[in-house]
Amino acid sequence: MNPTIVYTVASLSSLGLIAAAILYVFAQKFKVYEDPRIDEVQDILPAANCGGCGYAGCRNFAEALVKADSFDGLNCPPGGSEVMEQAAAILGREAVAADPLIAVVRCGGTPDKRPLTSLYDGVSNCKIANSLYTGESDCGYGCLGLGDCVASCQFDAMHMDNESRMPVISDTNCVACGACVKACPRSIIEMRKKAKKDRKLFVSCVNRDKGAVAKKACSVACIGCSKCVKVCEYDAVKVENFLSYIDYTKCVFCRKCVTECPTNAIVEINFPPRKVRNQEAAKA
Amino acid sequence: MLKTFPLGGVHPPENKFSESAPTEELPVPAQVVIPISQHIGAPSDPVVKRGDIVKVGQLIAESKGFVSANIHSSVSGKVAKIDGVTDSSGYRQTAITIDAEGDEWLDSVDRSEQLTKEVKLSREDILSRCHEMGIVGLGGATFPSHVKLSVPPGKQCDTLIINGVECEPYLTSDHRLMLEKGEEMVVGISILMKALGVDKAMIGIENNKPDAIEHIKKISAAYKGISVHSLKIKYPQGAEKQLIKALLNREVPSGMLPIEVGAVVHNVGTAFAVYEAVQKNKPLIDRIVTVTGKSLANPGNYRVRIGTPVSALIDAAGGTPEDTGKIVNGGPMMGKALNKSDVPVVKGTSGIILFPASESRRVRVTPCIRCSKCITVCAMGLEPYLLMSLAERDMYDIVEANKVTDCMECGSCSYICPAGRPLLDYIRLGKSTVFSIIRERNSK
Amino acid sequence: MSNLLNVSPSPHVHGKETTVNLMKGVLIALAPAFVVTVLFFGYAAIIITGVAVLSCVIFEYLIQRFILRRENSVNDLSAVVTGVLLAFCLPTNIPLWLVVLGSLVAIGMGKMTFGGLGCNPFNPALVGRVFLFLSFPVQLTSWPKPKGFLTGYLDANTGATPLGIIKENYGELPVSEIMAMDQMPGYTDMFMGRMAGSLGEIGALALLIGMLYMLWKKIITWHIPVSIIGTVIVIAGGLWLVNPSENADPLFHLLTGGLLLGAIFMATDYVTSPMSSRGMIIYGIGIGLLTMVIRRYSAYPEGVQFAILIMNSVTPLINMYIKPKRFGEEVNNG
Repeated sequence: MNPTIVYTVASLSSLGLIAAAILYVFAQKFKVYEDPRIDEVQDILPAANCGGCGYAGCRNFAEALVKADSFDGLNCPPGGSEVMEQAAAILGREAVAADPLIAVVRCGGTPDKRPLTSLYDGVSNCKIANSLYTGESDCGYGCLGLGDCVASCQFDAMHMDNESRMPVISDTNCVACGACVKACPRSIIEMRKKAKKDRKLFVSCVNRDKGAVAKKACSVACIGCSKCVKVCEYDAVKVENFLSYIDYTKCVFCRKCVTECPTNAIVEINFPPRKVRNQEAAKA
Repeated sequence: MLKTFPLGGVHPPENKFSESAPTEELPVPAQVVIPISQHIGAPSDPVVKRGDIVKVGQLIAESKGFVSANIHSSVSGKVAKIDGVTDSSGYRQTAITIDAEGDEWLDSVDRSEQLTKEVKLSREDILSRCHEMGIVGLGGATFPSHVKLSVPPGKQCDTLIINGVECEPYLTSDHRLMLEKGEEMVVGISILMKALGVDKAMIGIENNKPDAIEHIKKISAAYKGISVHSLKIKYPQGAEKQLIKALLNREVPSGMLPIEVGAVVHNVGTAFAVYEAVQKNKPLIDRIVTVTGKSLANPGNYRVRIGTPVSALIDAAGGTPEDTGKIVNGGPMMGKALNKSDVPVVKGTSGIILFPASESRRVRVTPCIRCSKCITVCAMGLEPYLLMSLAERDMYDIVEANKVTDCMECGSCSYICPAGRPLLDYIRLGKSTVFSIIRERNSK
Repeated sequence: MSNLLNVSPSPHVHGKETTVNLMKGVLIALAPAFVVTVLFFGYAAIIITGVAVLSCVIFEYLIQRFILRRENSVNDLSAVVTGVLLAFCLPTNIPLWLVVLGSLVAIGMGKMTFGGLGCNPFNPALVGRVFLFLSFPVQLTSWPKPKGFLTGYLDANTGATPLGIIKENYGELPVSEIMAMDQMPGYTDMFMGRMAGSLGEIGALALLIGMLYMLWKKIITWHIPVSIIGTVIVIAGGLWLVNPSENADPLFHLLTGGLLLGAIFMATDYVTSPMSSRGMIIYGIGIGLLTMVIRRYSAYPEGVQFAILIMNSVTPLINMYIKPKRFGEEVNNG
């Protein structure tokens, strides 16, 4: 046999063996034990890495689930109760039911209600505009309409409405991951309980100025008149800093506050049309 | 060769329309609105209440804490309300509104024009007088002067630097002040020198003000230790660190204050205010404001009471031109665009610039061509293109590693960018986010 | 006042510089070299340049319109610059379809694949040129002899470039004899542009005028051209001093081949060169070094194109590790 071939084969084989030995030693030395259930749980998570659970990604959440003694306070908003039950089955724990949530935009200041007082000519970025000034209207609390929230949404659940210059949230696509809540520099977006038939009832304003000032900037601003507090029979409405807030855990959707609100700051969405009652008709 | 700082810098068109317009006294307005936060630091505490009768120079809000400044009434009359008003950013902040009646001054204020050269007060008394009279840096940053004059223990100050650079285009208020109140200003400088305990003061003036350089040189010849230096015209030379580098060739280390290299920088306006406070017992109740613009009828410099609405100033300069598209409070490079003209003049208002509509919109943004002009002009040696793209992608850890905290927001990068990219907008966002991340980290 | 005020973050003024102006400046700087090439190679130079520019612009337009489906940015003139630069590194007697193909590769592969202006890692014109050079070596290395304005297009009378001549005869003849050969142009001819070579690379004087113009207009800084040329001079000079019979002198290396065209116009391409001036110098030294290595020790007579492309690929790394001199970082208040 040609000695060249012999040398080649021998030297390459020994090289290969040495490399294999090194690899084996290092693989053993740096072996990290990982609970195989972490992989199992991660497999059933939505893999969106949206951060809605409060962890950096699905892997971290899976680790947290495996480590946790109870599922209390742990929830995967995009996966919902279905995913949480599966995870509970894998880990042999009890799933804790969490209310499904949905994001709502608490500002009703469309251009017709909230007159423009200047023109913003900078980057289309809410954070930058917010640190610069009040925005194109005089309301220092309302939506800037530059779409940071839309950019943050990974689930195609938001878009900017060109006419109202406000973000619109899709009832079907929103998984309540909370990215938009964090993205909004003015904390306008809130996670509220998802009700049947996607009904929503909330104070569509976050203006904490005095009534007169708020009203001057925007005709549908909450002026903190407390009429809604008085009319509510369920103690669900509170006014603080000239701003009303409806507690969704107490609200029963009776809709009395909506009619009472003098500035139409409280909105109802996806409700059947009201029957015009005799009383109101008489008043009108 | 003229002195200047070595790194970066731009030279925007100067457009100093009002440089030959003598300062005019603006009549006392019918009403002044005096915000309680006109300085860097804690907002002051109002010490008057609604219905009180106040005189010119009377204390109406007391400083809260060391880094804070007193605020005095700029008119005599009745306190109409203490309530939120919209400030230059449109947000509401507490202000004291006073309806003016007559012009009655406090007796303690010496209103004579006579020049008082002899400095009688001791070092400590000068400091407390500056604090008492509400003196803040009038260059624009409005940092309380008594804080700057108190050299921290363990540090040494050997040179006082007086900033007469006025590197911002359009603005001329410091230029006019040097020409008209040069004597008083130089006395103010000697007071500042005494307060700091230094025997050397350097006045830096850019070469586009030869008359001011001549004038101040002549006056300061009679004083020991005060020298005047003409500087090459380059923005941002008025920035503390750049001015120190230009005059003393000392480089303030990153993240440190000028005192680290033995220098303290004060503006010429501040020097004059200190003169008035120490020698005339007059609080900071007025300042010179440049009102200018290409289509303005009479661009000029006006001595106005703090709290006067900006609109009154514009009216004095010939009214708002029809084609106005933007009103800027401050210089064109670092000033703040106003969304309405009825905001009050505050201690930091150095100029009001009216831009015609044709110059008020930003240029179209096109892709970055990586020409590296932003790096070339950055006076702090940063990489604006990189900081912007990182801030855009929320990668704040790398933004911090690339020294965003050194940025002084001079705007040279946005000014020069051929693609019209909003570099500074994003850098500012990155900087403020990084600062809040640092604060959070330190609090842990 | 009825109009609403504009509000934007500072600064409120903007310099006169725009992308289009910069591109125009580069084109103006390229003009002297174009005049020289027309004088020596005739109307063929005009045809090649015209075809290259036209096809680059059309390809960019079509790709943006039909493939990327986004706002068209042909107006920024960057495609024109790419076209001119591509034409400048082709010989004048190249078939036109190759020019069109080169333009397609330059714009399509070199630029738009990566996202268009500002995103391409490699100089598009060089991508096109190297593609042609490797795929059609025969057409790309038949250089017409400079015969003046009336030289015909696709002139059959071809000759080798000075670098080609020297490469062919390395080792066989001492350099002094190669230099004395008939077909080798003299230094004055090289300086003025009377030699065989690519369209735009022949006129050293014209290219230097272009460089001075760009430096004056602050379109480029001195760092890249000076560091490339300096490195070439140092290395070529070193080799020449050590062994003058086997190495050409530095002036020869400087005036021949695409060195000046590459150093002044190709390597300084904004998009593909480093951002900080320190980085630019490292990049320039790298190009100079690689150019000399390829010229002296590889099978190719010319190496500028490869050197620039190789250093283009290092640019992101340079940008990551070489930072500009920060103010207040290394304090020396001595």
